[in-house]
Amino acid sequence: MKFSDEFESRFAEMLSHYPTRRSALVPTLLYAQDEAGALTDEVIAELAQRLDLTELEVRNVISYYSMLTTKPRGKYNVQVCTNIACMLRGGEELLDRCKKRLGIGHKGTTQDGLFSLEEVECIGACSWAPAVQVNYDFHENLTNAKMDQILDEYKKKGTQ
Amino acid sequence: MATLVSHPDEVRVISKRFGQGATDIDRYLQLDGYKAVQKALVMPPDDIINEVKNSGLRGRGGAGFSTGMKWSFVPKQSAKPKYVLCNGDESEPGTCKDRLIFEHDPHTVIEGAMIAALAVGSHTAYIYIRGEYRYLSVIMQKAIKDAYARGFLGKNIFGSGYDLDVYWHGGAGAYEVGEESALMESLEGKRGIPRIRPPFPAVVGLWGGPTVINNAETLAAVPHIVLGGADWYAKLGTPKNGGTRLFCLAGHLNRPGVYELPMGYNLKKMIYEVGGGIPNGRTLKAVVPGGSSTPVLLPEEIDIAMDFDSVAKAGSMLGSGGVVVLDDTTCIVKFALRTIKFYQHESCGWCIPCREGTDWLKKTLTRFHAGAGLKKDIDNIYYLAENMLGKTFCPLGDAAAMPTMAFVKKFRKEFEDHLDGKPCPFEKLGVAEPVLA
Repeated sequence: MKFSDEFESRFAEMLSHYPTRRSALVPTLLYAQDEAGALTDEVIAELAQRLDLTELEVRNVISYYSMLTTKPRGKYNVQVCTNIACMLRGGEELLDRCKKRLGIGHKGTTQDGLFSLEEVECIGACSWAPAVQVNYDFHENLTNAKMDQILDEYKKKGTQ
Repeated sequence: MATLVSHPDEVRVISKRFGQGATDIDRYLQLDGYKAVQKALVMPPDDIINEVKNSGLRGRGGAGFSTGMKWSFVPKQSAKPKYVLCNGDESEPGTCKDRLIFEHDPHTVIEGAMIAALAVGSHTAYIYIRGEYRYLSVIMQKAIKDAYARGFLGKNIFGSGYDLDVYWHGGAGAYEVGEESALMESLEGKRGIPRIRPPFPAVVGLWGGPTVINNAETLAAVPHIVLGGADWYAKLGTPKNGGTRLFCLAGHLNRPGVYELPMGYNLKKMIYEVGGGIPNGRTLKAVVPGGSSTPVLLPEEIDIAMDFDSVAKAGSMLGSGGVVVLDDTTCIVKFALRTIKFYQHESCGWCIPCREGTDWLKKTLTRFHAGAGLKKDIDNIYYLAENMLGKTFCPLGDAAAMPTMAFVKKFRKEFEDHLDGKPCPFEKLGVAEPVLA
């Protein structure tokens, strides 16, 4: 299992921050997922071994956190918030728009692997609602037209 | 990224460096950065604690507990290392304030955590930031690195002989982890399941050592208190509610945004003047005053001071500072359903009343909103919620129960209007879709 040099240096440094190796697990899982695309059996086995845990212990943690996944998502994971503040300003309509445009539902992935869609809970953009996160990037104060534009831009970026 | 707003009534303490480029350590130093911690380094720890106590600073995460008091619970002598843990897992719906602090002024959180560490005799602090806030983790990691490079962190900080490490830690998506004991579990590399208290974290916390856990906004206020003095800070607010706080105005408003206002600022004024009132000529229907877990207030209940005690007196909570405004086109049943759907999703499943209660509430409200509700459901919803209250190890059960009870109590008529197969009166199409499949 090969991770980037950046991952390795961050991982090594993080281990020095805690009295137990296991403590580095949650952030490490997210960084590993970002590189590998998903927390595959191979990634799980590798991290379990590095952190002196059983694979089951690692899986047990993965299943708890909503950002962690064992199945690959699209290149661009479109996360639409429909929680209260976003709902009041059109979050559900945005989600419908994304479903229609991408032709997929909640937790679905487009056939070309470019997009996946997720209805998510509050992402901390309440005062700039409705908001969407594509991977880690926030898009705020959205309208259907702006949403279309954003999806077009990612599509362009992803197919270049 | 998030747009900044301003209003003449704002009193800028925590937000005074917003938009000033203070993520850069030199700029932060120009703007009085790291002066407070140097002052604290020569103060006896008890003096720091007393200063914070006298400032009237209360926890900005939502519970509103006296920060100085919390610090004073940490034993002076401890065989195990003591820790400071900054809670930046901001995820209470309606709340988006810590985001701005991390984005614009990360060093102030580091400095606040350092002062907390000095006050309780700790040599290690962690700043936990939710996984979704990756760009803020990048900013924070850089800020910490810069502080180490200057000798502000690490061995012998500022030549004082005191060793102090501050580390970043990241989450991976979980509301429950914002609860202090679940936060510690998460930092220890586990599922975010709450711990049974007592013992409280101040005595037995991270890896069994005494631990102070403070919200990011709380810690961001600390350097200002140390520099400006407890009296100055206390006088900004109301009695027993010192200072200012970041209020996140959201929902049906003309000028939503995060505004820093004195504690005790009038809620009505906050909505109509600071937030610019309700758009499109509509009228106010209700206000959720402090994040989704706080009981809803009616328009006739909002002429109140926004401090912990006044909002409690009005039957709700100041909570995390997330003010969500609902206009007259909002269906309360749908709003209640969306609120409970969140808590159902986020319940860690550890305590049965919360796990089963939120699930049954979601099912019942879904059916109810779809027009298939029974008259007895209304009382059942209330009864279910009531039976979750106070019966769980962490406050997530209460957070789900309290708003639900208030919705039923204050909007019973609207629940009744959904009965007998009638379409939701607020859905234009006449067919009420459940909020979620």
